[in-house]
Amino acid sequence: MTALPQTTAKKLGLVIDLDTCVGCQACVTACKGWNDQGAGLSDQDAYGANPSGTFLNRVHSYQVAVPDAPAQIVTFPRSCLHCEVAPCVTVCPTGASYKRAEDGIVLVNEDACIGCGLCAWACPYGARELDADQGVMKKCTLCVDRIENENLPEEDREPACVRTCPTNARHFGDFADPDSKVSKLVASRGGYDLMPDMGTKPTNKYLPPRKKGAADASPLAPLLDIKAKGIAGWLDKMLGNI
Amino acid sequence: MGQPKLNMSKPVSDEIRQTTCYMCACRCGINVHLKEGKVSYIEGNRDHPINKGVLCAKGASGIMQITAPSRLKSPLRRVGPRGSGAFEEISWEEALSTAVAWMKPLRETAPEKLAFFTGRDQSQSLTGWWAQNFGTPNYAAHGGFCSVNMAAGGIYTIGGAFWEFGQPDWERTKLFVMFGVAEDHDSNPIKIGIGKLKARGARVISVNPIRTGYSAVADDWIGITPGTDGLLILSLIHCLLEAGKVDLEYLAQWTNAALLINETEGAEKGLFVRNAESQPFVIDRRSGHPAPWDGKGVEPDLGAEWQGHRTVFRHMVEEYLKPDYAPEAVAARCGMTATRIHQLAAELAEVAFNQAIILDQPWTDFRGNEHANMPGRPVSFHAMRGISAHSNGFQTARALHLLQIILGSMETPGGYRLKPPYPKPIEAHPTPHFVTTPGKPLTGPHLGYVRSPDDLALLADGSPARIDKAFTWENPFSAHGLMHMLIPNAHAGDPYRIDTLFLYMANMAWNSSMNSAEVMKMLTDKDGDGYVIPRIIYSDAYASEMVAYADLILPDTTYLERHDCISLLDRPISEPDAAGDAIRWPVIEPDRDVRCFQSVLLDLGARMGLPGMVNEDGSAKFKDYADYIVSHQRRPGVGPLMGFRGDGTGEGRGAPNPDQMQRYIENGAFYQAHVPAEASFYKPWNAGYQDWAVKIGLYESPQPYLFNIWSEPMRRFQLAAEGFGPRQPPDHLRERLKQAMHPLPIWYAPFGDEDAAFGYPINALTQRPMDMYHSWGSQNAWLRQIKGSNSLYIPTKIWEAQGFEEGDWARVSSRAGVIVVPVAHMAALNENTVWTWNAIGKRKGAWGLDADAPEATTGFLLNHLISELLPDKGGARLSNSDPVTGQAAWFDQRVRVERVSAEDHRKGLSEPAFPQLPDPPRAGGGRGAK
Amino acid sequence: MHPAPSVILFSTLSGMGFGFLAFLGWGAMIPAGWWAFILWGIGYSLAVAGLMAATFHLGNPKNALKAFTQWRTSWLSREAWASVVTLLLLAPVALSDWLGLEWSRLPGQVGGTLAMVTVFTTAMIYTQIKAVPRWHHWLTPVMFLSFAIAGGATLSGQVWASAALLGVGAVLVAVWRVGDQAFAKAGQTMGTATGLDRLGTPTVFEPAHTAGNYLLREMIYVVGRKHVQKLRIIALVLVAGFPALILILPLGCVGIMLAAPVHLAGALAARWLFFAEAEHVVGLFYGKRG
Ligand SMILES: Nc1nc2c(c(=O)[nH]1)N[C@H]1C(S)=C(S)[C@@H](COP(=O)(O)OP(=O)(O)OC[C@H]3O[C@@H](n4cnc5c(=O)[nH]c(N)nc54)[C@H](O)[C@@H]3O)O[C@H]1N2
Ligand SMILES: Nc1nc2c(c(=O)[nH]1)N[C@H]1C(S)=C(S)[C@@H](COP(=O)(O)OP(=O)(O)OC[C@H]3O[C@@H](n4cnc5c(=O)[nH]c(N)nc54)[C@H](O)[C@@H]3O)O[C@H]1N2
Ligand code: SF4
Ligand code: SF4
Ligand code: SF4
Ligand code: SF4
Ligand code: SF4
Ligand SMILES: [Mo]
Repeated sequence: MTALPQTTAKKLGLVIDLDTCVGCQACVTACKGWNDQGAGLSDQDAYGANPSGTFLNRVHSYQVAVPDAPAQIVTFPRSCLHCEVAPCVTVCPTGASYKRAEDGIVLVNEDACIGCGLCAWACPYGARELDADQGVMKKCTLCVDRIENENLPEEDREPACVRTCPTNARHFGDFADPDSKVSKLVASRGGYDLMPDMGTKPTNKYLPPRKKGAADASPLAPLLDIKAKGIAGWLDKMLGNI
Repeated sequence: MGQPKLNMSKPVSDEIRQTTCYMCACRCGINVHLKEGKVSYIEGNRDHPINKGVLCAKGASGIMQITAPSRLKSPLRRVGPRGSGAFEEISWEEALSTAVAWMKPLRETAPEKLAFFTGRDQSQSLTGWWAQNFGTPNYAAHGGFCSVNMAAGGIYTIGGAFWEFGQPDWERTKLFVMFGVAEDHDSNPIKIGIGKLKARGARVISVNPIRTGYSAVADDWIGITPGTDGLLILSLIHCLLEAGKVDLEYLAQWTNAALLINETEGAEKGLFVRNAESQPFVIDRRSGHPAPWDGKGVEPDLGAEWQGHRTVFRHMVEEYLKPDYAPEAVAARCGMTATRIHQLAAELAEVAFNQAIILDQPWTDFRGNEHANMPGRPVSFHAMRGISAHSNGFQTARALHLLQIILGSMETPGGYRLKPPYPKPIEAHPTPHFVTTPGKPLTGPHLGYVRSPDDLALLADGSPARIDKAFTWENPFSAHGLMHMLIPNAHAGDPYRIDTLFLYMANMAWNSSMNSAEVMKMLTDKDGDGYVIPRIIYSDAYASEMVAYADLILPDTTYLERHDCISLLDRPISEPDAAGDAIRWPVIEPDRDVRCFQSVLLDLGARMGLPGMVNEDGSAKFKDYADYIVSHQRRPGVGPLMGFRGDGTGEGRGAPNPDQMQRYIENGAFYQAHVPAEASFYKPWNAGYQDWAVKIGLYESPQPYLFNIWSEPMRRFQLAAEGFGPRQPPDHLRERLKQAMHPLPIWYAPFGDEDAAFGYPINALTQRPMDMYHSWGSQNAWLRQIKGSNSLYIPTKIWEAQGFEEGDWARVSSRAGVIVVPVAHMAALNENTVWTWNAIGKRKGAWGLDADAPEATTGFLLNHLISELLPDKGGARLSNSDPVTGQAAWFDQRVRVERVSAEDHRKGLSEPAFPQLPDPPRAGGGRGAK
Repeated sequence: MHPAPSVILFSTLSGMGFGFLAFLGWGAMIPAGWWAFILWGIGYSLAVAGLMAATFHLGNPKNALKAFTQWRTSWLSREAWASVVTLLLLAPVALSDWLGLEWSRLPGQVGGTLAMVTVFTTAMIYTQIKAVPRWHHWLTPVMFLSFAIAGGATLSGQVWASAALLGVGAVLVAVWRVGDQAFAKAGQTMGTATGLDRLGTPTVFEPAHTAGNYLLREMIYVVGRKHVQKLRIIALVLVAGFPALILILPLGCVGIMLAAPVHLAGALAARWLFFAEAEHVVGLFYGKRG
């Protein structure tokens, strides 16, 4: 099972728009809530000095020194990228890690996992966390249990993080389909891969922040020289126009 | 081994119950999933008008809130000294009879000796009504320390406000400018809106000393010097006027720009010139003669000069064309370049005037003039506490509304839109009521909008009627009271002593007070053999810092365990296109001996025989809060909820319907009354809107009005300060009133700036984290992993000057105190500003957290640096507030920052550190509990 | 990377064990009787103790048998097979040596080679991890194999053992020199990790979470440079210099009994460094090259 499928019919994944993400962390707890449902993602020392827990999605924030402009802050959600060449899968000794042939989703079969942690080592993106209570590997499932769940209304068959994102900075779709929303967004906004040189061919793409700064509107021309003509002159000129 | 076959269609839950979130005042709709009677998952309700399915980080982790071990579990009576945290558990009967025994005698002798104040209360129409019937003048909610500048600045100017009372026309706006917004109450709607703009590629600009969150995604960021927004805005107005880029038609039709200002020296100077019917009037351009301001077909002449009286417009132009407002004159003070101001003005003008839009929607105005369409200027603004929480915030808020007015964008397509029950003129609001009669209710609501010195809440001897000194010469327009002055004034006995302090969900012994350390002392301070504040009753749901300081605790339910109502009488969930209200209902039953506070309040009211809460025979009128919500009527046919009234079809008006609650539950816990299409814009002047508003009971008759560029109520206070009128301010306040109560929006330096001269040059701010709600987020096992401690962010210039390195600590001092805290570097920050996240620091032992939790060891509050009083100048105890509204001036704060020595640094603990609070009896359990 | 005692013990003990077993299998020394029992026993104990230690690293050891299924793709699975097959193949030889059964030594030749293959598969578990540039280099298997050879040579009393030990020292020096450049050479930065190099130079503004998590504990372990230099010298002395010196002295068996544990201690130190110094690219997201 740890062999990667040659190709997958669909390439399901996320587009994350860094121009829109405000770093609200909603996707973080929505993900935790959906995948926890009682005990799925454990927490340790929850009210103590060193709390720790399993999350499948975490939102970082960076400060970027930009040449000739003020520094920028970019908030940056990080979860599994469902790589096409997923090193986390091939290293797995048990076959617990696999990439689905039909849609490319990378999953862990927890019933088969020995918790060796090797897949987490292999992932360059820190997308896998070993659950301290259960001893098995956890990762973003792209909400497989939502996107095909017939108990959910059609419109809800999307990942929990996408559904909750208040700014709509997260988009879910099929990258194999060039006409899908995600493919179009990537094409029009210059969607990119993280650490492309790692050779993982991530499915998820990030949209870069748009260029920032003052607009180049043409400056306002004064109506007249107020010093010379006075307020009365200004009023005449203005009100004469109505 | 093949790919495992997964069951993709596992049932999500046994049942979904729809109610309203409570982790902040945004009030999103939620679907609560239950498995075996327990909450298993919470998601947003897609059909809900506020959040349309999305949830924020807090809302999505609501499970951790309702299972937090910090939940109180039974009524408590203090047994040790106050602040020691020693309590015994008592029965509800005991708790209620104790409360009645304390309060009832006060009502019969001196009702003002009870002060009832509420924090992040979402039931102010009930709590206010209760206090009114008790008869104490001392009631307010948290608005005074929150954003009353925003509310009052807006209501006095446009009859609506920022805060959550309106929103940009997200669908049409092309340029959106934010001033000082981190999160606001409209958390999800603003995010949804920004998302829409981003999807369209519309432009977003943020004016904010700190570039995080919304400011981080904004297309342009202006890292303004705190407290100078007013100056920037007036300079923009200067540029627009100079270039003639103002909407004259809009000004003439919809604002008081064409009214005439009395120029005659004396008691009328600066007020509107009025006709024989006491109506202000305009000069009709067609005739050159006076004409009624609301006359059909009248073309008001903005430039009129009539019998020596000039229009508001002329005054305005003269004021703002002064060179003092030129970009070159103000830029340095605002921390930006003059070019930048010119650019911004040009951008505003470009979008407002060259990219104007027209909505093909005929409508009729209140004068009877018919309009074929709705022209719009797609520039919109939003502002919040960055403007509001300064001592010049009221005037700055007014200035920003003026900017929107001269651009002609307010209430037009693409601009800023108000949400019902707004727009609403000042005249439609009550004035303050404060006259006490033992054993009797007040004659009206406490909080209101002052029109003139006559409305001030002063006793016959001129002393303040209210414990917080709201509606006095110190803060005449304090429409939300001054909660931050409650404890300091009660402690000082200024203006008088009280007996019982009754608080509801306000963490006054910690993050919600200025000068928290001193406030804790005031709460425990003794006078002879008793406490200076003799009795404190408090309702909280959790083991907050405040709990230790109360004598009697009335433990509340959590938000999924009770009824609630989000009412049009209070702060509803309306949208510009619909009036909306909502409910909460017990989707789960509490597993502890706790009661819904509102039900308890009604019970107390009934036990004390308060009018409205008892039947003729003295029995309780309402079974509980749910019963009140459904059957109480404020006016005949108008009650807390507008939907499904009468036989179930009544909207806004109608007899109480016993099925109403059930109908709300079936409808997803909310109701919306939609604004007709022809009424959707130009609401203050739109006859269609006015009629609709009357129909659904927002008011009893149409209330069209003009926007107040010139504020007569303010001018009346200036006149008093100048010596006119029977009611005169004390001399030490005359100059301050003359300045602050200027009838046109103006700017003056925030009072806090004076501290710069005393060695505290740096501005110190706080911001709300999007993923925490004040003090209550830390008990949430998920959220506290995200933000369990805070640092003070330091701009590059100070960082380098002080030689800071990663992991360093700093001593931060102000004229009120000193804190020692961890620091971090931030380049995307105004160069003279430091800041931290609000309310991350916790007192050791509170909130059910271990004593060594990072919140209590390295986490810290800025509040210890913020004094609730201005420096003593000649013996006056003036609050650190806006002189107009009493809004707490949190963000005026100035500090000094010094890198601390290696020894201090190594201690690794924030200072000041307070003794650990003992654990009150609480529910326990929680995440990870076996 | 977190220098977990279980993985350090696993890789060092089993490395030395399989190294020694290889020499025994190849017949570099052919002990007999109880002596054989002891020597083969040492080899087996080291190898098996190492493998046992490895299971302590598992979060869910009850599924351990499943680790044999993915030999086609997974080096860890291959290692499982290789180690078991090696141990099984060598068993008759060991038995034969102990009990003087004089069975064919052929399984010993094959098993000895497989023991080296086992060490190689162990090394490949680390080598294959591209996300840890320090490991992702052909010197990693060279290093593991040289440890196994030197350990085996020492234990089996080969005359050239001191040379082998010095060889390991040389390999270690090479591994460190190359390793110190590896992260930079891999070219990953916070900029490429986040793609924000498009904009400018990113640094961490706020942590994604103030609380700890698995990634920080497991992948982002920061060691002080000062400690590293000290430890490297200690490791070098213990792995190579000191035991080589001992072996040169005419101490015979006693020499081996002294040199081997010293070498093993050095190997543990070197292996601690192997993990502790290894920086995973995920640290880039956290602004920590751990
Ligand atoms: N997640 C979350 N949401 C909340 C709350 C919460 O605790 N958590 N609290 C709720 C409450 S009670 C309130 S009142 C609202 C408040 O909502 P906001 O007004 O958004 O709250 P603050 O965090 O106080 O943000 C003030 C912003 O103003 C900026 N600022 C400070 N001084 C100046 C200035 O002089 N000029 C300008 N232009 N900007 C300035 C600060 O940098 C900050 O970004 O949020 C509500 N919503
Ligand atoms: N430095 C600094 N300080 C500030 C501000 C700032 O910007 N900077 N902002 C100020 C502002 S705008 C505000 S509004 C205040 C916020 O001040 P508060 O209104 O005091 O807000 P909280 O800290 O959330 O405290 C609310 C209390 O209500 C309790 N509570 C929560 N849920 C329930 C419930 O269901 N029932 C009951 N009975 N109690 C409940 C909580 O446990 C908590 O003790 O903080 C102010 N303090
Ligand atoms: S929910 Fe959306 S906006 Fe919020 S952090 Fe996640 S991606 Fe960003
Ligand atoms: S992001 Fe990591 S866990 Fe996800 S597929 Fe890629 S390598 Fe595997
Ligand atoms: S931890 Fe589990 S999923 Fe990951 S490699 Fe090991 S067995 Fe496979
Ligand atoms: S797709 Fe599902 S599992 Fe993955 S990050 Fe989003 S919510 Fe979490
Ligand atoms: S913004 Fe968040 S916390 Fe506030 S009501 Fe909505 S979901 Fe709840
Ligand atoms: Mo507030």
